[in-house]
Amino acid sequence: MSEHSSDHHGPEKGLLRWVYTTNHKDIGTMYLLFALVALLVGGTMAFVIRAELFQPGLQLVDPNFFNQMTTMHGLIMVFGAIMPAFVGLANWLVPMMVGAPDMALPRINNWSFWLLPFAFGMLFCTLFMDGGAPNFGWTFYAPLSTDYAPPSVTFFIFSVHMMGISSIMGAVNVIVTIFNMRAPGMTFMKMPLFVWTWLITAFLLIAVMPVLAGVVTMMLMDIHFGTSFFNAAGGGDPVMFQHVFWFFGHPEVYIMILPAFGVVSHIISTFSRKPLFGYTSMVWATASIAVLSFIVWAHHMFTVGMPLVGELFFMYSTMLIAVPTGVKVFNWVTTMFKGSMTFETPMLFAIAFVVLFTIGGLSGLMLAIAPADFQYHDTYFVVAHFHYVLVPGALFSILAAVYYWLPKWCGRMYNESLGKWHFWMSFIGVNITFFPMHFVGLAGMPRRIPDYALQFAEFNAIVSVGAFIFGLSQLIFIYNLWKTVVKKEGEAATDKVWDKPEGLEWDIPSPAPYHTFQEPPVVK
Amino acid sequence: METPRYYVPAKSHWPIFGAVAVFLTIYSMASIIHQSSQGQVGFFPVALAIVAGLLMLYMLFGWFGEVVNEGLRGLNSDQLKRSFRISMGWFIFSEVMFFAGFFGALFYARTLAVPWLGGEGAKGVSNILWEGFLPHWPLLKTPDMQQFPGAMSTIDAWKLPFVNTVILIISSLTLTLAHHCLRAKDKSGTLMWLVVTLILGVAFMCVQIYEYSHAINDLNLTMSSGIYGSTFFLLTGFHGAHVTLGGIMIFVMYWRVKNDHFTPDDHFGFEAAAWYWHFVDVVWLLLFTFVYVI
Repeated sequence: MSEHSSDHHGPEKGLLRWVYTTNHKDIGTMYLLFALVALLVGGTMAFVIRAELFQPGLQLVDPNFFNQMTTMHGLIMVFGAIMPAFVGLANWLVPMMVGAPDMALPRINNWSFWLLPFAFGMLFCTLFMDGGAPNFGWTFYAPLSTDYAPPSVTFFIFSVHMMGISSIMGAVNVIVTIFNMRAPGMTFMKMPLFVWTWLITAFLLIAVMPVLAGVVTMMLMDIHFGTSFFNAAGGGDPVMFQHVFWFFGHPEVYIMILPAFGVVSHIISTFSRKPLFGYTSMVWATASIAVLSFIVWAHHMFTVGMPLVGELFFMYSTMLIAVPTGVKVFNWVTTMFKGSMTFETPMLFAIAFVVLFTIGGLSGLMLAIAPADFQYHDTYFVVAHFHYVLVPGALFSILAAVYYWLPKWCGRMYNESLGKWHFWMSFIGVNITFFPMHFVGLAGMPRRIPDYALQFAEFNAIVSVGAFIFGLSQLIFIYNLWKTVVKKEGEAATDKVWDKPEGLEWDIPSPAPYHTFQEPPVVK
Repeated sequence: METPRYYVPAKSHWPIFGAVAVFLTIYSMASIIHQSSQGQVGFFPVALAIVAGLLMLYMLFGWFGEVVNEGLRGLNSDQLKRSFRISMGWFIFSEVMFFAGFFGALFYARTLAVPWLGGEGAKGVSNILWEGFLPHWPLLKTPDMQQFPGAMSTIDAWKLPFVNTVILIISSLTLTLAHHCLRAKDKSGTLMWLVVTLILGVAFMCVQIYEYSHAINDLNLTMSSGIYGSTFFLLTGFHGAHVTLGGIMIFVMYWRVKNDHFTPDDHFGFEAAAWYWHFVDVVWLLLFTFVYVI
């Protein structure tokens, strides 16, 4: 079974290759495919939401099912699409970038992946249980998720536990790989930024996923074992749920964006044909964002009733995050400044990332102002904000990364004009979808409600059209992937793929060999 | 530092086995809890739980056994050994954060939520929910004594819990003595101190079980006796589960020392178990301070 001598083994034949594999590239591919499937499932749920909201009044689905859709859409996109996609990228790229043969713990790596299909299978099946799927929002606030939850909540809790095990083991693996598997000469301050951002992300994951496990455990006990953590009748407090949840939840949103910062830094540097401006400040900015992420959580709860000192503390600490984030945006723009830029698909997505993520960041700054948040809280303004950072933010960076590294992965160039079509359709679609949400939100349209007042009708119709444009244009991406990877239609990629990109991954052949480095490469 | 050539792993069937075993365990547990809240627990989830438990055991024996064997055959490079150490450290950090969440809940309930319910401070208006509720800690008279009948009293920290504290501290010392013997190639000494550690761990658990029955039967201190009982059983319960896991690790180490798996300079499994045991000890010290004493 485990003969370490078999150094030169290639991939197994057949389906079992994917089941038994310990290869970081196989596992990375599985993570990415899993994320793509989750993206389509979660996107279909978004279609249901937007179809219902196309017109005021109850049109297509009953309100309880609508709530299940918003909940499952959020859970699947956060835990099933964005996070696994970044883990997939880490699997593919971190070993190649630090000059390692594979991840440090290859078997744990495969285990981390294979927990996910089971966890999400169980979560998905709650849709067909008595009382339906979880309907309390992806933030599952008590007592909606305890006293008033559908019976399927038990399965939801245990599926979160499985996702937690998977994430923690995956994060430990990334950290150990980065700490211990770097090629000689690859000092910390020579590490590519994607590796740095993932190192910090992995730290955040290990720090907060156990807290998520803790909070769902307290829910489970409140529901089934008579405890009163979140019930004031026993001296507990439903607000305590929100504190513990957001102590996990805020670092979680940086878990979903920090690797994106790394990806974008690579791409902007390559297509500006300049080294990244301010590498050191990028590293420190990322670390500062991570540290700050632990002391800002209650800005999600300004209206819940906190002492004034709490409101002020969390308001100012949140605003502080704008400083390191501003450093990053400044560095990206300055990298492009006077560069000989070209605009291939990855670069288009990366530039769109910088612009649109900044819009999301600025609306975040507005939300950070406690007195203003009393107006914005739980409206579509919040929905607009976090979709701007997660869709043209995190998701665009993932798409950019796939276009950028796909030739290295499969040895073929993707179809550039299809890529450009995909970009422009997505770019237009995403803005039609999420920009008008700012307006209806400021005017007071609440989130997570299947009906709305008549004055919001025009904007909601526009939003729904945009959502369908955005969603369907992802089919161009899938078609392009299919043409490149399955039909092998693109021209063969060179080893460098792009014009003098930096990094060890561009020194090896395209497609990257099954085992990248048999011996440690030399890092100058 | 060696590693001229990199270690390249072979395929393995344990991960998928592990994923299936974990899934079936979790699914059967969820089904049992789900069905018991609906009334009757059926035959299927219980049978599945037994099958899943056996699969789990088989997987754990098989997977750990394989890793142990690879180590014994000298296949592990220095680099891989370092990987094991770093990953165990981060795993323990994740456990620290797991308990940190629970301690955070305890502090929040105690210093903010309960006083607010009693009308203190910025959110004193919550007192209108249960007028006349008097905040105190440990919370024995809950706001709604019908739904959450409070305990009659709490457990006296300076009786059995103090004994348990002493037991655990001594067990950390005896484990360190075992480690010293291992490094000095004193096999019989190692085994003896491991047995002592294990006995102390079992003694700790027996005292805990006795105390649980005392709390439930004599003091009416249960999970349903309000926030004090909730935090008490959550923290001590998860701590007890971790002591049990640590005890199993030490038992395995006893077996491995007996079979000469370790050398004075190469005994990562032993060290990992020791780190874990010390971690569990530190959690208890915090627990003793914040749950029992203060």
